[in-house]
Amino acid sequence: MKGNVIKYERDNIDTDVIIPGQYLKVHDYAELALHAMEGLDPDFHSKVKDGDFILSGRNFGCGSSREHAPIALSHSGIKAVLALSFARIFYRNAVDGAFLLPIEIEEDAYSDISEGDEIDIDIHTNEIKNLTKNKTYKMKPFSEIIGKIIEAGGLFKYKPD
Amino acid sequence: MNITEKILARASGRQRVAPDDVIFANVDKVMIHDVSGPGVIKVFDKLKKQGINVDKLWDPTKVWVAEDHFVPSADKVSAENIVKLSNFTKNYGIEKHFKYGMGQYGICHTLSHEEALVLPGEVYVGGDSHTNTTGALGSFACGLGHTDVAYVLLNGKIWFKVPETLYFKLNGKLPEHVMAKDFILKIIGDISTEGGAYKTMQFGGSGIDEMSVESRLTLCNMTTEAGAKNGIVEPDQKVIDYLTSRGAKNISLVNGDNDAEYEKIYEYEGSEMEPIVAKPFSPENISIVRETSSVELDKSYIGSCTGAKYEDLEAAARILKGRKVKIRTEVLPASISIYKRAMENGLLKIFLDAGVTIGPPTCGACCGAHMGVLAKDEICISTTNRNFPGRMGHVDSQTYLSSPLVAAASAVTGKITDPRDLN
Repeated sequence: MKGNVIKYERDNIDTDVIIPGQYLKVHDYAELALHAMEGLDPDFHSKVKDGDFILSGRNFGCGSSREHAPIALSHSGIKAVLALSFARIFYRNAVDGAFLLPIEIEEDAYSDISEGDEIDIDIHTNEIKNLTKNKTYKMKPFSEIIGKIIEAGGLFKYKPD
Repeated sequence: MNITEKILARASGRQRVAPDDVIFANVDKVMIHDVSGPGVIKVFDKLKKQGINVDKLWDPTKVWVAEDHFVPSADKVSAENIVKLSNFTKNYGIEKHFKYGMGQYGICHTLSHEEALVLPGEVYVGGDSHTNTTGALGSFACGLGHTDVAYVLLNGKIWFKVPETLYFKLNGKLPEHVMAKDFILKIIGDISTEGGAYKTMQFGGSGIDEMSVESRLTLCNMTTEAGAKNGIVEPDQKVIDYLTSRGAKNISLVNGDNDAEYEKIYEYEGSEMEPIVAKPFSPENISIVRETSSVELDKSYIGSCTGAKYEDLEAAARILKGRKVKIRTEVLPASISIYKRAMENGLLKIFLDAGVTIGPPTCGACCGAHMGVLAKDEICISTTNRNFPGRMGHVDSQTYLSSPLVAAASAVTGKITDPRDLN
């Protein structure tokens, strides 16, 4: 899975900036996408392209349980968020709803990958290739259940053993 | 096993569970509200298109519905969401729907205890992150998103990874001017907003034994801000009395074993606790109130599931009795039952005499949705739970989180104020 990176070099990007509370009443996915990241980066909507990735620091998606957050990002075209760590409900929502891939990375990838770099994520080998910088990083493998839900295409398609 | 492990073992039909086990837990109670409800309806619509049967819920008697985020309806879209929610509960035969303008209604997490909707030992999930609140009754209470809640509504179960447990022990009572809110802010300041991530935060010790059920609810409520899966307190006679007085029957307690294991134990001395605020823009950004007393305020907000229970209003009234507010101050009781008790016991008169505006139960401004949001550069002291950029309104507004005592004392002076420093 190849795409370009939009980088937010900070920790604790919370759901209030991913999709502000005033839009919680909105359940039209395309409309939510118009307001994605509005609380942090008002230019996000104009710069994001289909297939892009977000790269960020620790505790991405902390705060509310609003599924609007992964929905707004996913319907903006974001296919994966790479972060040093994720808040639990954002992580679950992203996977169970099959909206986007939450990829846990290490410090090397976080510091090395720059805004605009083209990267290639392989969730089978757990490798991230930076095609712009010609480097490779490890991603943290998904736990067994998360891997199975992703492979199934979301919680409703997953058949427990 | 500790209490969380015992509840999850029972719910998954196992003798034992241990941290990191992945289980499917049978769910006892489910909550949706006017944000997650329409979200679930949207998931149901998607599932229908995929040929998945959504004609019936697994058990509508175990589901209850709150109208809290956008009531009174903020605009046409939120009014339509309430209509959608009403149609949903009618079509699926859900009887416990607490409607705005029809007697008891309020913030979902407040109804869970005010109406004794959740009992000790139960697995309770809700379409809201602060579902953790209800763990104060000795239940496993956990917030989920729309897809997960939709899954529970149709299947009656959901997957969990059994969490590690952090144990927070409070030795001795908190001083009179210190509330549970100060204690939980202190903890979040110590462990950070990621410090409880994916874990259980359990509270115990003599200081917790001494605490009212409502104070324990405040503690568990803000475990969400530390990233926790659930917050929990071992239930005792106080919980039984609290729930019995609200009509609960057949209460049986689940408690941890004597050899229960915890990942880490943190100890606090009650007598050393101080009034605390969390400064913008994170609940972990804490400071002792007396060290921030130069901050001038535009508004004081006493509301939300965190800070508008009866005990919270009573604390605010103790300060505001016979005094006048110097800045805009709002009190929004968290449910109609609390509103009514506040009226019967004279609290509302105290607030009105002090110059406070009293609003209806709503999540409204706490999540920056409506009903008193902040303008650019406005500074608010608030009994709510989050202060991220834009949380209560404009992205350049500022929120300081505090206890109701501090919010009320600050309302009187117009500056952040330790209740001990009021004349």
